[in-house]
Amino acid sequence: MSNATFEPRLVGFLCNWCSYTGADLAGTARMTYAPNVRIIRVMCSGRVDPQFVLKAFKEGADGVLISGCHLGDCHYQEGNYKALRRYKLLSRVLEQFGIEKERFRLEWISAAEGIKFQQVCNEFTEQIRRMGPLNLGPNGGKHE
Amino acid sequence: MINLTIDGKKIEVEEGKTILQAAAKNDIRIPTLCYHPVVEPYAACRVCVVEVGLRGKTDLLTACNTKVQEGMEVQTKSERALGARRMNVEMLMARAPAAEPIQKLAKELGLEKTRFAIKDPNEKCILCGLCVRACEQIVGASAISFVERGTDRKVTPPFGEPSEACIGCTACAYFCPTGTITFEDKYGREVIHEELHLGPTTAIRVPIRQAVPMVPFIDAQACIHFKTGECKVCAKVCDREAVNYDMQDEVIEVEAGTIILASGFKSFDARRIPAYGYGRFPNVISALDFERLVNASGPTGGKIKLADGSEPKAVGIVHCVGSRDENYNEYCSRVCCMYALKFAHLIHEKTRAAVYDFYIDMRCFGKGYEEFYHRLLKEGANFIRGRVSDITDMALTKQEERKLIIRVEDTLIGTVRRIPVDMVILGTGLEPGMDHNALAKIFNISCSQDTFFLERHPKLAPVSTFSDGIYLAGTCQAPRDIPDTVAQAGAAAAEALALADKGTFALEPVTAEINKDLCSGCQICVGLCPFTAIIYEKDEGHSEINDALCKGCGTCVAACPSGAAQQKHFRDAQIFAEIEGIFLV
Repeated sequence: MSNATFEPRLVGFLCNWCSYTGADLAGTARMTYAPNVRIIRVMCSGRVDPQFVLKAFKEGADGVLISGCHLGDCHYQEGNYKALRRYKLLSRVLEQFGIEKERFRLEWISAAEGIKFQQVCNEFTEQIRRMGPLNLGPNGGKHE
Repeated sequence: MINLTIDGKKIEVEEGKTILQAAAKNDIRIPTLCYHPVVEPYAACRVCVVEVGLRGKTDLLTACNTKVQEGMEVQTKSERALGARRMNVEMLMARAPAAEPIQKLAKELGLEKTRFAIKDPNEKCILCGLCVRACEQIVGASAISFVERGTDRKVTPPFGEPSEACIGCTACAYFCPTGTITFEDKYGREVIHEELHLGPTTAIRVPIRQAVPMVPFIDAQACIHFKTGECKVCAKVCDREAVNYDMQDEVIEVEAGTIILASGFKSFDARRIPAYGYGRFPNVISALDFERLVNASGPTGGKIKLADGSEPKAVGIVHCVGSRDENYNEYCSRVCCMYALKFAHLIHEKTRAAVYDFYIDMRCFGKGYEEFYHRLLKEGANFIRGRVSDITDMALTKQEERKLIIRVEDTLIGTVRRIPVDMVILGTGLEPGMDHNALAKIFNISCSQDTFFLERHPKLAPVSTFSDGIYLAGTCQAPRDIPDTVAQAGAAAAEALALADKGTFALEPVTAEINKDLCSGCQICVGLCPFTAIIYEKDEGHSEINDALCKGCGTCVAACPSGAAQQKHFRDAQIFAEIEGIFLV
């Protein structure tokens, strides 16, 4: 499969208060953006269990996005800081699994930033399109 | 009490009062120059001289510093008293020929000119020393004093140089009876809207005429008492002894169930657009400055005046200053078009000056607004469609001399025009108020891209925020005019009341719970919870979540190593199923 026709499958974990609302704003404002990111709503980016990310890659995701409120703006005071810490640790684990760290992305998108959500979706989709599909073996681990 | 007569009138006054005070209390006027009620009398000008009879003897005494005595017979208008006063004023006329109050006094006494030699025809100072006494007794600075003797005597700061002791309070100018000491800007102009504060004010004042409660306050930054510890004139003259210098700001804590944020806006600072010359040209004023100027209780009594006190012949009103501009704010401030029309109408009504409105689009969106615009068109206001590029005082033609020239591209006729006017009013836009960001942090609410507070939903929850129980009203949420603000405030009040009246609060159903059988008691979750909703039950060896405190963020669930913590509606199993599900299509 050539990269040009390859449509990446991306999973986005969006927090309810900022990023999901920001995505909603992009929708109500009729912005067009790459439809590749499939969104799973969680109450807070701090709810994102590293297992969810691993599960998404195992199920066939080519990239995973976690998005929460800007630092200091968390509806639950500090959930996004916890997401940031888990993101840094998990990025190292993913590399050990042979998953490039560029396939795992953390973004802060506020409820007012519909435009930023649009940009992130487009950029991330293009980036993964260039990188090509993630080929994991049946038991995880990458085919060489 | 002491009994005496003044001009034949029987008077009873307290002991220790002066003849002048006794007369003033009974509406008998004795002219004075060097006297002021809050400064110790000095009897320098000798204008208050009266004829006093006591124990069969009469004498000429100054009323300002002579204490009343039992049986005094005072005559303020006897031939002898008037003769002496006339002589004193005649000498003052020679001393200070340029002082207007002395000329007025001379006229009252029937004097036309002085017989004595005039040394300096421009002299105003009568060497009464009221300024020196005020600086010493009221201000406590003693920055000026008499120097030299005889004909060389004068009032000056030490060595004739600006004194370090001077605090710039201008009390000397205020007290000077002849206008010798003046307070001018560096060009020697007396300005009406000095630095655009629109006129002088006092350190103790009522903030605005509509203030509630209607009581004065002391501006500690401007008050002499807070600079030198002296003065206290306001306390001296207040009969009710209401002046208190020890009052401090107080922090009041109020417990509330619901909160309405109505923190308002601040006007766009027109200094940020240097090309418009706000702050450089005294006759370029902002919308709020004009509101103050045109206010009947304002510094000019509602008269529209230029900085030099004259009336403008042509006025330019610039719309969209700081609004609809990529360099400043992209949004429309909504209110400016309509207040600009109001200004145009007021100028037309009060001065008959030519009015030029420079607009991008006229946005007359409300009830009766379009009709008002048409009325202005009929009244003869000139509407020029185009954004003003700059405002200068550089004249190219004779007609433009001593005018402000507005350069604008008139997009309806497709040419650049130069319009000379006397006054420019900048239609400054609205920006979120001061402390806006600090408030957003305190109440944990977000701001939209235009930096105003963000509502929960633009259509379905326009007065709510993402924080439960906190509502928005007015211009803290977006620029809006008064009718819209009142309507929105009503809605916010109704929402707040509905919640308060119910007395109960529906919690989010997405709280977390801990399965006791799976919990190992590792307490990782306890440290993570930002709301201290999780407590470790030591005796039972597991943690528990307090439902009322849990806000349902799910941080503990994501961290639980044994899967004992689960969030309702966001269980691990549910999200795993969701992940599987989205790859089915």
